[in-house]
Amino acid sequence: MAGTDNNSLDGFVGRDYAAGFVTDIEADTLPPGLDEDVVRFISARKDEPEWLTQWRLDAYHGWLEMVQPDWGQVQFPAIDYQSISYYSAPSGDQPKTLDDVDPELLATYEKLGIPLHEQAALAGVADTQQRPPVAVDAVFDSVSIGTTFKETLREAGVIFCSFAEAVHDHPDLVRKYLGSVVPRGDNFFAALNSAVFSDGSFVYVPENTRCPMELSTYFRINERNTGQFERTLIIAERGAYVSYLEGCTAPMRDENQLHAAVVELVALDDAEIKYSTVQNWYPGDEEGRGGIYNFVTKRGACRGDRSKISWTQVETGSAITWKYPSVVLRGDDSVGEFYSVALTNNHQQADTGTKMVHLGKNTRSTIISKGISAGLSSNAYRGLVRMNPGAEKARNYTQCDSLLIGEKCAAHTFPYIESRRPDGIVEHEATTSRVSDDQLFLCRQRGIDPEKAVAMIVNGFCKDVFRELPMEFAVEAGKLLEVSLEGAVG
Amino acid sequence: MNLLEISDLAASVANQPILRGIDLNIGAGEVHAIMGPNGSGKSTLANVIAGREDYQIDRGRIALEGQEITTLSPEERAHRGLFLAFQYPIEIPGVSNMEFLKAAVDSHAQANGNPEITAVDFMQMARNAAEQLGLNPEFLKRGVNEGFSGGEKKRNEILQMLMLKPKVSILDETDSGLDIDALRVVANGISTFANTTNAVVLVTHYQRLLDHIEPDFVHVIANGSIVRSGDRSLALELEEKGYSWLEKD
Repeated sequence: MAGTDNNSLDGFVGRDYAAGFVTDIEADTLPPGLDEDVVRFISARKDEPEWLTQWRLDAYHGWLEMVQPDWGQVQFPAIDYQSISYYSAPSGDQPKTLDDVDPELLATYEKLGIPLHEQAALAGVADTQQRPPVAVDAVFDSVSIGTTFKETLREAGVIFCSFAEAVHDHPDLVRKYLGSVVPRGDNFFAALNSAVFSDGSFVYVPENTRCPMELSTYFRINERNTGQFERTLIIAERGAYVSYLEGCTAPMRDENQLHAAVVELVALDDAEIKYSTVQNWYPGDEEGRGGIYNFVTKRGACRGDRSKISWTQVETGSAITWKYPSVVLRGDDSVGEFYSVALTNNHQQADTGTKMVHLGKNTRSTIISKGISAGLSSNAYRGLVRMNPGAEKARNYTQCDSLLIGEKCAAHTFPYIESRRPDGIVEHEATTSRVSDDQLFLCRQRGIDPEKAVAMIVNGFCKDVFRELPMEFAVEAGKLLEVSLEGAVG
Repeated sequence: MNLLEISDLAASVANQPILRGIDLNIGAGEVHAIMGPNGSGKSTLANVIAGREDYQIDRGRIALEGQEITTLSPEERAHRGLFLAFQYPIEIPGVSNMEFLKAAVDSHAQANGNPEITAVDFMQMARNAAEQLGLNPEFLKRGVNEGFSGGEKKRNEILQMLMLKPKVSILDETDSGLDIDALRVVANGISTFANTTNAVVLVTHYQRLLDHIEPDFVHVIANGSIVRSGDRSLALELEEKGYSWLEKD
């Protein structure tokens, strides 16, 4: 149309990445490179018991024999694992309490909108929205710098602390469950993590206990040329319930940085774990320079009967995402859920999905995946549903929807279904749609500007997943999508 | 002053001329009907007035309340009071009607420097409008046009019109796909809305909608030009003779 601003869906410009700043802080950072000494250094630095040092070394030797997987629908130059630094921590002694934490660090989390002062978080209770307080574990590069609400949680019998603390204070639990869901040799990145993991969060909810508040861990990569290898372990005893959320950001840098985490969840009889992720690692610039390689292994084990594990993820960041939060349904009548929104823009690539492995009787799983591709990005769903011979009357429902914005992006779907039960029920529905010029014109004719219109259309597309998120994070996720789509029109 | 003035408007799609010089003046308080055979350019005219970017304007001008809008974006035209009810309303899955209407109404308030309507007032207004069109309030919670029947989609367009209170409403084939009862409800909604300060343009192939809403003027488009204008009797004449006699003129 003559003279108008030509808001076609084709044009893409950059996006704002509000979390892209660097914190200027003294850090003790290992020189790049990986060998046995590095593994021993990390273990010694954390004052770990001998069995754990050995566990790491075994993982390291296993890793040396493995090759990086190449089956993902992603492309990137070879990673030089000797050019990465495997440990970085703010200088000085480990803070004992939050009051000892460097104000510069506290300011960082303040800037990111993460409340690290219990006072501030508690003040939230008084406001009109009656937001419940959230306990936070803040992980900065390789170490946890503090965990809030420990006392309140301890009264309820819930353990929520950094992984390093758990190794010292609850060695039996760690030893019993570490690697029991994701074995050391599970895959290339899990093996690497097992060798060099630095810190992360540990949660233990005792029998018949409902964790009194949302738990969350906030991961921040700050140092240049370092990798982040955190490890999270959550155990819900019989009849326990916990809802846990993780958030991630990193500064804007021209080079790629590796993030290879491992998350293990264990749910015993009648236990429920709800695990939500809002992943907003730096995605790289609009030319595809920089950004995080997010190669993560997440798995939950429904060990007990009638247990339930639910993964909800909103993935908007990272240059490359490679992750498949999975559930092994061993207990009879156990339930696995996976709700995912993955948005890629510019040059981002994502290959993400889930595995639902049905072993027990009457096990049920639900998979709802929403992939949104914009710009020149590529977005793949990869999911496995397996029903083993013992999984009598197992059921799965999968819905996998892709939304394309513009003409130059790609969406792929790779569903794998392996059923060895004649009475297993597997449903798979998939759609691919596009934000159409007609939808956009309808919105604009009603007065809604194009950026708002696209954000609204994408949010509508993701509604089934957002309603699984804890309330305030659902709002945050909606806003995050809006920011990530900035420049997606015009 | 005319609410809408179109002078010598010519437009094309992919270098294919569709409109070949349209002149049309629409005053406050008037109801116009634009009729014509399929492919005559009726829908193109409606879309060009609303600012759809798939069309190239070759010459001419469009003015709303005396101000030229020919080069404005679709949303700016909307904010100034131009409304188009679509012939084929499109679905926006997962976005509730309520959310969509609120965003639309808020955008108008913001653009025109008016205070934002409160949630309570908005709900009341939306419920009233729905009721007027014989729609259950639950309708407002459903996704925009998602799984709607043909008739529901058309009613939904009129619902949006009632909420936005435009100065000039162009209703593109709003009667198509409606059964007799739905047609009456929709026509009633339009008639109630029309007053001395606004104008309604009915773009239609058949004259049956005009049995319910009496137009003050009828224009016939053929081959991208207005070939005849008249009063209501012209519509009846068309009904009787069809369009072919005009094309032979």
